[in-house]
Amino acid sequence: MAAIEILGLEKTYMVGFWRKRPKRALQPLHLTVEEGEIFGFLGPNGAGKTTTLKMLMGLVFPTAGSARILGHEWTDPEVKAQIGFLPEQPYFYDYLTAHELLDYYGQLSGVPAKDRKRRVEEVLQRVGLTDVKGVQLRKFSKGMLQRAGIAQAILHNPKLVFFDEPMSGLDPLGRREVRDLMEQLKQEGKTVFFSTHILSDAEALCDRVAIIHKGELRGVGAVEDLTSTVQGKVEVIWQGTQIPASMKALGAECHVTGDTVRAILPEKQQDAAIDSLRRERIRLIAITPLRTSLEAYFVEKLQHSQTTAGKIS
Amino acid sequence: MIPRMIYIASNTFREAVRDRVLYNLIAFALLLSGAAIFVGQISIDIERLVVINLGLTAVSLFGVVIAIFIGIGLVSKEIEKRTLYTVLSRPVRRWEFIVGKFLGLAGTLVVNTFFMAIGVFGALLYVAHKFSAPDALILVALYFIILEFLIICSLALLFSSFSSPLLSAVFAFSLFVIGSFADDLRGFATLTHGPTRWFATAAAYVVPNFSALNVISAVAHQQPLGSQLILQNTLYALFYTVMALSGAVLIFERRNLK
Repeated sequence: MAAIEILGLEKTYMVGFWRKRPKRALQPLHLTVEEGEIFGFLGPNGAGKTTTLKMLMGLVFPTAGSARILGHEWTDPEVKAQIGFLPEQPYFYDYLTAHELLDYYGQLSGVPAKDRKRRVEEVLQRVGLTDVKGVQLRKFSKGMLQRAGIAQAILHNPKLVFFDEPMSGLDPLGRREVRDLMEQLKQEGKTVFFSTHILSDAEALCDRVAIIHKGELRGVGAVEDLTSTVQGKVEVIWQGTQIPASMKALGAECHVTGDTVRAILPEKQQDAAIDSLRRERIRLIAITPLRTSLEAYFVEKLQHSQTTAGKIS
Repeated sequence: MIPRMIYIASNTFREAVRDRVLYNLIAFALLLSGAAIFVGQISIDIERLVVINLGLTAVSLFGVVIAIFIGIGLVSKEIEKRTLYTVLSRPVRRWEFIVGKFLGLAGTLVVNTFFMAIGVFGALLYVAHKFSAPDALILVALYFIILEFLIICSLALLFSSFSSPLLSAVFAFSLFVIGSFADDLRGFATLTHGPTRWFATAAAYVVPNFSALNVISAVAHQQPLGSQLILQNTLYALFYTVMALSGAVLIFERRNLK
């Protein structure tokens, strides 16, 4: 069963004060997310990611279209007992302590009183806020608030979790912890749908991604498939800073980083490059086919849309 | 359904307490004790009258100010700060949120009124040295004041569901002032003719009739209050509150949270 089926959701806002004119925030979006996968919803700022998430959460009403979440109509309030949501740059009741906040959200999510205390302690531990559970949220840093946000999203043990820019405001260690948490959620059989514009996070985590730009879906697919295109080039890495003249003659683009050299050259020159390094008694570290990165795919999709838009105008 | 509204109401009450709303009780206590001592010193046989008038008017005004200034932010503040996102993304219906918020604010005002009422009776005991049977009417006046709060809370919530806090405050306070003179407005309508009469009559019946809920002077003068008045005022206040809350729900149910 699909965890999320987005069936042509679209959103047009009316903007302007006196003479209102329509502004389309999201063109009809069709998207399916399977159960148990980590799905990345990628796009630059203002692409329509948050609008899509808000519509799925029932915070914004679509102009047209519908969706199904975990097999039910997305407007069914009871479905929400099975989903968790972390908004972008979350802000919580700052007069509450982290423990009180989670207890309150547990009440609203229908977590039975006998389980609530245990669940609250568990998620506090999981996001590393146990030591500050009695501190009011108004004294929390941005990173701590983000952790509290993640805690409230997973508190009621949901089957499907929506994260809107979950790495926002976190330091590198915090980002790593969130990535680990998302992988744990996947291992527990949960579906994770997260929006981000940090492509390295998406590439490291996601089973599949969708790319959205200017409210339009530009591409969707498995990360492996999107990045498996071999460009007919290989990447050769060797130890040292020396670049043999014969290597340059093969048309290699060489970059020295620290005590390694990275060269990119046509695949057909691969054997000649190895021979060249052997002759010079240089230690070869790696030789790999050059694949398209998610970033390259992302940029290509965005540039394609800009080129198309340019031609139309 | 009901537990969720209770949870939201409890949290609203907790917010009011932690935001030091009940600190107004200190100002109230100072005002009343100062007045009681002052009245006790001048002592010209109107101590009871002055203390009841002053005390109940202060209870009403303090409560109205709290009802308006908390009520106008109940929804708009949650939207502005986006605290609503993590509430409405749970199995909470929008009408449950509105009703829960209303109950929380109403509960805050009832607790506030309870402590103020103790202050009023304390001041009365100080100046009159004993209670008399007609003093029980103060409880009726306090009950009517609470009914007044219910109407104001629901109106503040109604305005808060579609307007900015500043405009909501202006609307709610304007309605409170006009409603306090609703009887005069009805009297004015009978003296006019044509479209003016229709307009004045319509306005007189649409605005909340707070003058009917104000029995402070009657209680201070120990005039009897009929049970019919209590019943009428109760039904009127509940009807008005339900209508205003329904309006708030209808608007909020359709609102996009940007």
